[in-house]
Amino acid sequence: MAAIFFYLFAGLTLGSAALVVANRNTVNGALCLLLSLVGLAGLFVLLDAYLLAFVLLLVYAGAVVALFLFIIMLLDTQPAARKPFKPLTLAAAGLGGALLVMGVLSFLTRARLALAGPAETAVPSLKAYAERLFTTYLLPVQVVGFLLLGAMLGVVVLSKKLDSAEKAR
Amino acid sequence: MTICLNHYLVVSVLLFALGFFGVLLRKNTLAIYMCLELMLISSTLALVAFSHFNGTLDGNVFVFFVLTIAAAEVAVGLAIIVALYRQRLTVQIEELNELKN
Repeated sequence: MAAIFFYLFAGLTLGSAALVVANRNTVNGALCLLLSLVGLAGLFVLLDAYLLAFVLLLVYAGAVVALFLFIIMLLDTQPAARKPFKPLTLAAAGLGGALLVMGVLSFLTRARLALAGPAETAVPSLKAYAERLFTTYLLPVQVVGFLLLGAMLGVVVLSKKLDSAEKAR
Repeated sequence: MTICLNHYLVVSVLLFALGFFGVLLRKNTLAIYMCLELMLISSTLALVAFSHFNGTLDGNVFVFFVLTIAAAEVAVGLAIIVALYRQRLTVQIEELNELKN
């Protein structure tokens, strides 16, 4: 039963990710990214990370994809004319693809990742997350908080109109 | 057939590969940025899978931080793209060649 759901969600994730890459319309790409995130959240649920699935949908679908759609519609760019790829790009993509295929193949054939398995581990509760976040990972939480503050200030500075600076010049 | 760690890792690697090719082959900056997001979330899938199959919680907690960083990164990156569009009126990377030569 779990196998069926795994293949369903994996297919959804990878299929929509392929559509994100292949789609020429950016709005469709953003919506496919949303679908891919839904599949990934399903995979998280299969891995007993219910809270993370929820947070992923909340942060990515609620904030990131919405922001992407907002910016895409704000900029309103037309799809550019289809140009052939440069030989260097094709060579880089071929080399990268070959390396990735080699990596996956060697990983599948040679890796020894037979771990204990999930059966005996309990589903992580919200309390367990909170305990980790407020004891072991207290410093990273603070650092990430400051990072968010810095990002917010950076965005404000970046998106400010630079009229005064241009007038001063 | 039971689903083991390898299955999840293969999905993660394939997702990363798709994002990688998107970054290499797309011309639109916004599309490239979405593919970067794909690469980022593929790493979170690997973290959660390792964490689950090892019976620990640390990977899951780490994903929290990854998501936070991703949110901050998207905000700043999109602000940069908008600022770039204001300057150059395009988001196609082939026309953004100011630093060439």
